[in-house]
Amino acid sequence: MNITLRVWRQKGPGDEGRMVNYELSDVSPDMSFLEMLDVLNEKLTLQDEDPVAFDHDCREGICGACGVVIDGEAHGPEVTTTCQLHMRSFKDGDTITVEPWRAKAFPVVKDLVVDRGAFDRIIQAGGYISAPTGTAPDAHANPIPKPDADRAFDAATCIGCGACVAACPNASGMLFTAAKVTHLGMLPQGQPERASRVVKMVNQHDEEDFGGCTNIGECAAVCPKGIPLDTISQLNRDLLGSLSKGIG
Amino acid sequence: MSENDLYIEGEPVRDEKAPEGPINERWDKRRFSAKLVNPANRRKLSVIIVGTGLAGASAAATLGEAGYNVTSFCYQDSPRRAHSIAAQGGINAAKNYRNDGDSIHRLFYDTVKGGDFRSRESNVYRLAQTSVEIIDQCVAQGVPFAREYGGLLDNRSFGGVQVSRTFYARGQTGQQLLIGAYQALERQVAAGTVKMNTRHEMLEVIVVDGKARGIIARDMVTGEIETHFADAVVLATGGYGNVFFLSTNAMGCNVTAAWRAHRKGALFANPCYTQIHPTCIPVSGDYQSKLTLMSESLRNDGRIWVPKKGGDDRDPRQIPEDERDYYLERIYPAFGNLVPRDIASRAAKNVCDEGRGVGPGGLGVYLDFADAIKRMGRAAVEAKYGNLFDMYQRITGENPYEVPMRIYPAVHYTMGGLWVDYDLQSSIPGLFVTGEANFSDHGANRLGASALMQGLADGYFVLPNTINDYLADGPFEQLDESHPDAAAAKEQVTSRIEKLLSINGSRTVDSFHKELGHIMWDYCGMERNEEGLTKAIERIRELRAEFWRDVKVLGTNDELNQALEKAGRVADFLELGELMCIDALHRRESCGGHFRSESQTEDGEALRHDDEFAYVAAWEFGGQDSKPVLHKEALEYEYVEMKQRSYK
Repeated sequence: MNITLRVWRQKGPGDEGRMVNYELSDVSPDMSFLEMLDVLNEKLTLQDEDPVAFDHDCREGICGACGVVIDGEAHGPEVTTTCQLHMRSFKDGDTITVEPWRAKAFPVVKDLVVDRGAFDRIIQAGGYISAPTGTAPDAHANPIPKPDADRAFDAATCIGCGACVAACPNASGMLFTAAKVTHLGMLPQGQPERASRVVKMVNQHDEEDFGGCTNIGECAAVCPKGIPLDTISQLNRDLLGSLSKGIG
Repeated sequence: MSENDLYIEGEPVRDEKAPEGPINERWDKRRFSAKLVNPANRRKLSVIIVGTGLAGASAAATLGEAGYNVTSFCYQDSPRRAHSIAAQGGINAAKNYRNDGDSIHRLFYDTVKGGDFRSRESNVYRLAQTSVEIIDQCVAQGVPFAREYGGLLDNRSFGGVQVSRTFYARGQTGQQLLIGAYQALERQVAAGTVKMNTRHEMLEVIVVDGKARGIIARDMVTGEIETHFADAVVLATGGYGNVFFLSTNAMGCNVTAAWRAHRKGALFANPCYTQIHPTCIPVSGDYQSKLTLMSESLRNDGRIWVPKKGGDDRDPRQIPEDERDYYLERIYPAFGNLVPRDIASRAAKNVCDEGRGVGPGGLGVYLDFADAIKRMGRAAVEAKYGNLFDMYQRITGENPYEVPMRIYPAVHYTMGGLWVDYDLQSSIPGLFVTGEANFSDHGANRLGASALMQGLADGYFVLPNTINDYLADGPFEQLDESHPDAAAAKEQVTSRIEKLLSINGSRTVDSFHKELGHIMWDYCGMERNEEGLTKAIERIRELRAEFWRDVKVLGTNDELNQALEKAGRVADFLELGELMCIDALHRRESCGGHFRSESQTEDGEALRHDDEFAYVAAWEFGGQDSKPVLHKEALEYEYVEMKQRSYK
């Protein structure tokens, strides 16, 4: 396959970025999208041109490191992570536009690499159960109904890639936040901190310059892990409950 | 080149910390004899932890909770992305919730036997004891393990054992455990006890008066070379499988932290013990950057075969039954497709070497579900394996419900690592090593679902109860950047970076890495022999010289420079690879993942030589271009009888 790439190049956080075109021939349909970028980078290096920086690590769709906007869609045309997207999803002769996540809360570091530290700070604000290491109650001390456990699990599959933010017209991080609120809020162990957790996490979310949620649903549509949109409803219910009790 | 030209034998080494006495009392004894640090004094003591996988994040969270000043480092943009996250299958624990005869002693026994009698009894017993506490701790943190309708935890069985002791969270156990540890870590970041440095890579350890006192790290965004001091340093930096270029490791996994410590005096133990996993998706082309593991649970219902005659390139569905060779079922009738990982991997290699492999390059075997679909129905197969089939289809573009899957072995885990004593302290005082980065618990072969167990045992329960014995003598002398040892370490880092950037040769970093990977895979992979290893050592030396002459790294140090990061890692792999080959050459026996073709039974199975090789090979760095020094730690078995494994 022959491909034309339009790639966002930006030297550093304070620099102006621009789209640059690259031609790539002999692209195999069996290559992953990131392997195609590897080939581009090998070629650029041998031509003494700066290779394109992009985040990636496990390349198995689980670490959440990779993520770029491809032809306007977060992670591209398939609902999966960028590393699991393969070139067979494109056609010979295609022009493919590649950009970083665009969100005020995710400043560009270089080229396609952004800073997602805001997600870590939302977790720091309350995305945990306070259970210091030590002798804990026996794991069977607290049976959990399977539907609750399954719902907690569905929310817990979030990989923190940030596609939800990139896809949202408001650049909201609400699906990410709601996934954690739901995961921990569905479990008996998560109850003692449930009321304060949601308030602290939402406050931090807002402080990080994420936009507000207006129930558009683009986030869930691109989520490679299928985090359900109704986790946001659960977050809102929990938040309302807390605020009405004067918590936060 | 004879073996004597390759290394020198030094004095034996001993683990001075493991207590004597009944094995089930040793951990209690050690915890009692270890000096404590009172809570008020912990605030005055500092610990650096490098790596935020299971073994690093759990240690950072726990030591932070205890009140120490912890500084944590990871090369990823968030600690949540460490490669523990990719573990699929599960975590073992001797809970005996199934009442199927499991016990701490049985988990201990299975692990020692699975490791082919090349691990320490004391360490493995402690691991089995601790396994029980891990599950309780993780549940308390909110890790969503799989549950049954009664609300209690579900268990499954795993390779090489006869009980159901594996706890799991769908196919994402590693992810859920890591997120649990990550959340505990972030809680301590918020509490101010842990300072987290993301996108930082450790490039040197600072050793002052024989003690580890800090690290040199590069800020991967600005390129700043930073000096960090502490009273103790913990490396939780994972394994070195990426020396093979293609592996199931994440792209960034590397040996640099461990290797730099090795060069500063830390012994490196059993580097040749690598685990090659039989069920991975085969290589599809030269551009391939990594290999993807498919859970070994597929071997429960899939049948593995190749055509009987070589070069048979018919559509597999057109090959009649009597022209297929279900070779595992043929050779190992008792275990069939469920033989342990090392045996399944080597059998696949053998049939491919005979020219009977399938797919591109003949490097693959079929894993066929046609019989299972006939027997159970498509819906049942889909319910059990649907997510794995989807993953396969996404990567290969083939539909495994219709065409047999192709699989091939891939490098997955490294049992070798930095040598540590019972306290997880390396041969450099004050330098501790946890998780896959150390060598301690798996011997020559790791059992499935035991890596997660070891990472969390080390980080949550072992290290936090042993590091205090060392820290009780602190705080140590205050240091600043002008200290000659710190300044020298920093100078080493900067001059190496300058060198890498100044060569401006004609080959990319990846081209060197791929070539090294080919050498390692061909000569130090599933099957090794004297001739091949000797050749590999020569070729690695040549390649390393060429690297330092002809590598091309563009850009500067003071920016995000991914080629520069990679170049430093590959430079270290080029040194480690040689040591792995020397270790493999010197161990003239087969054991676990280390198969020497000269040492096999009449049936072609691994043959150990316990009289000569029942020891840990701990290697000391001999100096640049000098021979490494071998220190042997004798292994004694009081509780498990040494036997030859048989799966026929």
